[in-house]
Amino acid sequence: MATDLLQFLFSGLTVGAMYALAALGYALIYNASHIVNFAQGEFIMVGAITAAVLVEQGIALPVAIVGAVLLTLLVGALTERLAIRPAQGAPLVTLLIITMGVGLIIKGAVQLAFGKGTYSLPAFSGDTPILLGKTALAPQSLWVAGCTAVVVLVLAWYFTRTLGGKSMLATSYNPLAAQLMGIDTRRVLMMSFALAGALGAIGGVLTAPITFTSSEAGTVLGLKGFAAAALGGIGSGAGALAGGLLLGVIEALTAGYVSSSYKDAVAFVLLLLVLIFMPRGLFGSKVTERV
Amino acid sequence: MVQGLIRTLPMALALVASAFTPIGAHAQSEPIRMGAVVSATGPAGFVGDPQRKTLDVLVRRVNEAGGLLGRKIELTVYDDQSDPNSANTFAKRLIESDKVDIVLGGTISPAAMAMAPHAERAGVPYISTGAAQALVDPVRKWVFRVTPSDRLQAQRMLQDVKDRGFTRIAMLSENSGFGQSGRKEILSVAESLGVQVVGEETFGAKDSDVVPQLTKLRGLKDVQALVFFCGPGPAGAMTMKNYTQLSMTQPVYMPSAVLSPEFIKAGGAATEGVRIPAQAFVVPDALPDSDPQKKPALDYHRVYREEYKVPAMPFGGPTADAFNMAVDAIKRAGSTDKAKVRDALESTFGYVGLLGVYKMTPADHNGLSVDSLRMLEVRGGRYTLAK
Repeated sequence: MATDLLQFLFSGLTVGAMYALAALGYALIYNASHIVNFAQGEFIMVGAITAAVLVEQGIALPVAIVGAVLLTLLVGALTERLAIRPAQGAPLVTLLIITMGVGLIIKGAVQLAFGKGTYSLPAFSGDTPILLGKTALAPQSLWVAGCTAVVVLVLAWYFTRTLGGKSMLATSYNPLAAQLMGIDTRRVLMMSFALAGALGAIGGVLTAPITFTSSEAGTVLGLKGFAAAALGGIGSGAGALAGGLLLGVIEALTAGYVSSSYKDAVAFVLLLLVLIFMPRGLFGSKVTERV
Repeated sequence: MVQGLIRTLPMALALVASAFTPIGAHAQSEPIRMGAVVSATGPAGFVGDPQRKTLDVLVRRVNEAGGLLGRKIELTVYDDQSDPNSANTFAKRLIESDKVDIVLGGTISPAAMAMAPHAERAGVPYISTGAAQALVDPVRKWVFRVTPSDRLQAQRMLQDVKDRGFTRIAMLSENSGFGQSGRKEILSVAESLGVQVVGEETFGAKDSDVVPQLTKLRGLKDVQALVFFCGPGPAGAMTMKNYTQLSMTQPVYMPSAVLSPEFIKAGGAATEGVRIPAQAFVVPDALPDSDPQKKPALDYHRVYREEYKVPAMPFGGPTADAFNMAVDAIKRAGSTDKAKVRDALESTFGYVGLLGVYKMTPADHNGLSVDSLRMLEVRGGRYTLAK
């Protein structure tokens, strides 16, 4: 029984790390602009598919990964420049809908370029599972966990220690004041989108060996990532991490102990409860409005 | 009042004029109208897209060779985007606006099920490519199905299980319509063959892993074989990777829906030894020359590759059979009179298609038997005929 529990936990934490990386992408852009970027799932998918296609063409895995991350970074920057910036000053809801449209465009472009089939990446250090007693851990899960931890630490350092990160936060609190302080708010926004793109690509590349990818993969990831972000408190890095891991583990435990049919239901019911009773999520900051 | 009359007058005149449109006069030069609904985009797009391509190239070849009964075939294809509601609407449109002589398609079972009532009500022959058993059971006068039923898949799998001496199996099924229909068939066929299903789990087609479900199956006592009823897409390869990760060793059976080069490519070594019941045309090179199915299969692959420069996927097979059978029926009926074509379809006997040899009867509007399914096995990274 204990081995089963451990197995469910490992599975849940791996999937949870994937959700956490998606949620961090949401947090990044939200922190800079209060926009919820509904194309985040597609950023993840573009990174994964680009790397898969490059590897298929014979390019070495590390080079393919770097290439994919750079391409998605560019996609993120272009999204801001071509879709968000022209709509500056529009109400937030409009910007959200624009990001949804961008997601659809990206999905369509990927379908045209790479088709609708399934792609996968080779696992970074092979497929032989690591056995702890009777519990099997895929080595890729360790990569996912390790890289997620590194990403979280780097982001924390970026937002608290570097000028770039602090100017991003400042822009989100009060764009006018930030501008008066000499921060180029438009460049900050573009940086946040580009970074979210790169982050999405990293997440996609890490998990493609486990879950495969296809032009459709972005939709579900985007949805679950948003659920994780809302659960943890949108905008909070710690919240994204906690929300993602919690969502993954609860899904796995439900599938393991209750019934696999209720897996998706439980996650979204939990989200509903949190949003009703704790709308800012588990770690969300108090939202106050100055009169 | 007068204004109202003036407004409706042109419409009334048009209605009267249309009633006088000669129907029989130039039927000879009228094209034969075929309609189809496929899921060329959306989650089932990778199944429906080859189907649309198949229809396009086959219609073009027939028209280039002089048409059917001396008339050109006019094909109208609608994309339901994997949404049964759209399929419903498009079926209506094909029958009522486009006035097609025959309807084909329905890539996914829910879409085909939505289209069938329209064809039945309007008295238009419909050859469906969905897999649902309910399409031809109970038999409807105007609805036919080319795809073998889930029951045949279940029968072929469990026949093999019994042949290898296994009596206890466990099952993982997708919670989609396809997966649940398959699960029902496996349970009922197993009962009749005396094979015990000791445990089962379900999973979602878009899940990222099935480790919890497989862990539970692994914990069951004395399971000799496993049936993973996955639909098309990444689910099959993902399940096999998880299976390998958990060091499970029992022989695995999967339905033909997972058949694609991507299953082996994405799943890699984990897919070795998986047994899949499938139609012969999927592995034409492995068939003996004496097999009547070999030539049509090789022809289809050749035509598809010539036209689209990529190898044909198994998904286009049912559509090719639906089209070719429609052409054959219209030829035998000598006209596009719907009742005559329907009768010709119902008497399609011994027709060698890609999916098997069809023997339609008034009681069986599918016409395929268990023999149309061969047992394939993944060996050396390729699909081969199991010994």
